[in-house]
Amino acid sequence: MEGGSMAALARLQARLSGLREEYYRRNRSIDEDRKIEYKAAVKIQSWFRGCRVRAYLRHLNNMATFIQKWWRGYRSRRYFLKTVKTAYFIMKMNFYNEVAVRIQKRWRGYYVRKYIHNYYALKKYLEAVSMNNEFVRNELQQYTEMKENEEKRKDLEKKEKEKQYQARKMHYLLSTEQIAGIYNSPFRKSPDPMELLLRKSKPLSHKRQQMKSPFTSELYDWPTCRRPPIFSTAEPLPPIGRQKPQGPFRDTAEVLQQRYKPLEPTLRVAASINSPLEKAREEMKMEEWRNRVHDNEFLPFSSYHKNEKYDPSICRSGRYGQETYGIKHFREVQPKKWIAGKDFQTVSPSIVLFEKLGKTYSRTGQIV
Amino acid sequence: MSQRQVLQVFEQYQRARTQFVQAVAELAARPQNIETLQSAGVMSLLRPLLLDVVPTIQQTAALALGRLANYNDDLAEAVVKGDILPQLVCSLSEQNRFYKKAAAFVLRAVGKHSPQLAQAIVQCGALEMLVICLEDFDPGVKEAASWALGYIARHNSELSQAVVDAGAVPLVVLCIQEPEIALKRIAASTLSDISKHSPELAQTVVDAGAIAHLAQMILNPDAKLKRQVLSALSQIAKHSVDLAELVVEAEIFPVVFTCLKDSDEYVKKNGATLIREIAKHTPELSQLIVNTGGVAAVIDCIGSCRGTVRLPGIMMLGYVAAHSENLSMAVIVSKGIPSLCACLIEEHEDHIKAAAAWALGQIGRHTPEHARAVAESNVLPTLLAMYTDIRSSEDLQIKTKKALKNILQKCTYLPALEPLLHDAPPNIMKHIVGQFSKVLPHDSKARRLFVTTGGLKKLQEIQAEPGSLLQEYINTINNCYPEEIVRYYSPGYSEILLERLENYHPVS
Repeated sequence: MEGGSMAALARLQARLSGLREEYYRRNRSIDEDRKIEYKAAVKIQSWFRGCRVRAYLRHLNNMATFIQKWWRGYRSRRYFLKTVKTAYFIMKMNFYNEVAVRIQKRWRGYYVRKYIHNYYALKKYLEAVSMNNEFVRNELQQYTEMKENEEKRKDLEKKEKEKQYQARKMHYLLSTEQIAGIYNSPFRKSPDPMELLLRKSKPLSHKRQQMKSPFTSELYDWPTCRRPPIFSTAEPLPPIGRQKPQGPFRDTAEVLQQRYKPLEPTLRVAASINSPLEKAREEMKMEEWRNRVHDNEFLPFSSYHKNEKYDPSICRSGRYGQETYGIKHFREVQPKKWIAGKDFQTVSPSIVLFEKLGKTYSRTGQIV
Repeated sequence: MSQRQVLQVFEQYQRARTQFVQAVAELAARPQNIETLQSAGVMSLLRPLLLDVVPTIQQTAALALGRLANYNDDLAEAVVKGDILPQLVCSLSEQNRFYKKAAAFVLRAVGKHSPQLAQAIVQCGALEMLVICLEDFDPGVKEAASWALGYIARHNSELSQAVVDAGAVPLVVLCIQEPEIALKRIAASTLSDISKHSPELAQTVVDAGAIAHLAQMILNPDAKLKRQVLSALSQIAKHSVDLAELVVEAEIFPVVFTCLKDSDEYVKKNGATLIREIAKHTPELSQLIVNTGGVAAVIDCIGSCRGTVRLPGIMMLGYVAAHSENLSMAVIVSKGIPSLCACLIEEHEDHIKAAAAWALGQIGRHTPEHARAVAESNVLPTLLAMYTDIRSSEDLQIKTKKALKNILQKCTYLPALEPLLHDAPPNIMKHIVGQFSKVLPHDSKARRLFVTTGGLKKLQEIQAEPGSLLQEYINTINNCYPEEIVRYYSPGYSEILLERLENYHPVS
């Protein structure tokens, strides 16, 4: 191998100068082109990179638009939905309100007409009021008429009394058998009514008219204080000194004592008219009445013994059973010793009263 | 000189005193003598006679003093200044019934003039003595004492309170139950005087059980007693709803209505006052009165009397109508309006007219229905005439104006409004035109009538300030009519037509 390589080296060395030239030439041409190539490469690269970035940006933009599109779409769809819902809601509410108003209107109208401003009730009430008024007016009218009548009657009575009093006063004008009075003119057919009245009435007696009690009249007049005082005039002044009356009179005190002496009855008059026996009875009755606690006699309650358990007596509750005596028979009966089947005839006469028992009677008491 | 001659001197003296005091008492009963008596120094002469040994002279002296004090307040003051009251009060408890009566008469005569004099009596401690007199056996003494207490209590609430504090009320209530009519009268009047000042005093009277006894006596045939009883009940009822209800609970309705038919004027008046005082409190009480037929009775009463007796009845109708529209309608149905109109026209006194106008206003102010009822009775022109009359008092003018306003604001009855258009002052015109402007746009017949009766013409003549309410109403009415008609009826339209005629040149 060594040989071979030596040869190669020799060849190379032979060619070295050419090579060097060629090398230089080649480098030179390369250097000459290098700038152009570099620029071209940069251009290519920049274009490519620009393309790539633009594409990327475009892609990004597209993506953003896409996202925005979707987002906006979503949002506005949501908004729209909401708006529609609201509008629907409002529409619904309006409808409901309208309906509610309609219902309320009806109800309120009904309610007010029925309970608050019931026209018919009002009309009825007013009619009732006017009827009541009419009634009250009638009543009051009657009342006043009654009052007026009473007044008239009183007046008439007063006048009548006055007339009668006058007739009594003028009784002396009565005509006699012989002389006709002034009311009984002989030229007339019938006498004057006054004459008739005179005939009926009695003349006034000569007795003085009874004085009115000063007390009552004064009481009546007093509050006005217009009339002169009566209470001072009626009483006489207190006597200052009194003379002894003339004549053989007894002493005043003695007379008065005799006049007003107390009653002194005799023993017989003073005693009671009831007999002492009756009195004693009365006394006893009173005593009894006093001593009794209360009037009603004490009676045991009928229901008092109801719940009481019956306690058998010793002979009835014996160990050997009950004796029949007192329950089934009250007399010892020994049928074995009987001779005949029926009772003996009684010897003593029957009591008449008992004979009549259970029979029918006639009216007169005979047995039929 | 015998003993007899000596005694005769005394007897003469006593007789002379008696004669003197009796003569003075009799002279004092006539007003024309009093000046002379006063100038003759009668006071100083009577005073020692009050302390005379003889009771008769004492009594007559007291009576004379009472009559003098009764005459005027100068003499009453002279009695107070003469220190006579303490004497009277001291002897009031010791003396006999005649003296008590006379002394109570003096106290009454002094106390009736003024609150100051009554106060002087109270300060003498007379109230306690008078209250003791109320317990007296004699009805005359009771009467006198009750009367004096009443006159003292009449003045103001303090004096009345003093009378109440002295414990008079239960005894006065006992006095009402006595059989004597005169005593009953005075006692009822005293209760009325006591209870008129304040609700508390009235409550005191009520607490003493007065209402039941008073209510029983409404049917009493005695007219004067009835007056006092009704007055007392109304004075009690006027204060508050509770008291009025207590009075109503004594079952005074419908018994009271008989009093409205009484022959005595004052009984009528007091009865109507009682009903008014009860009706004014609440709608319920008014309703009660309406239901028992009280309104009809009152209306009859108004129709049957004249003058001030009518006044409480008129006011009662007003109060009832003011409470609610139903009650107002009840008044209308009971034919209240014609009698109120009659009052308005017949009466001469302004305050009664004013009350009638007020009552009509209260009746008509509720609804158009009410206003129509009032307007149909043709009372509006009368009210308007009263309002515009210069002679009517200020109060009457205010009342009529308010009544007109109340009625007009509700009235839709145009025939009644038409005549008012011609002579109403602007402040009333406003309401009338307002009513027309409300009705005319909706009623074609009324529109037609309005033109034919000359209302539209009148309307155009009204000088209204531009922009005012009246102008607005007028415009509303004008808008209901075609323009030509409005222009035709405007004042000065004929001149415009003539002007146009002159300016017109026929084309030839």
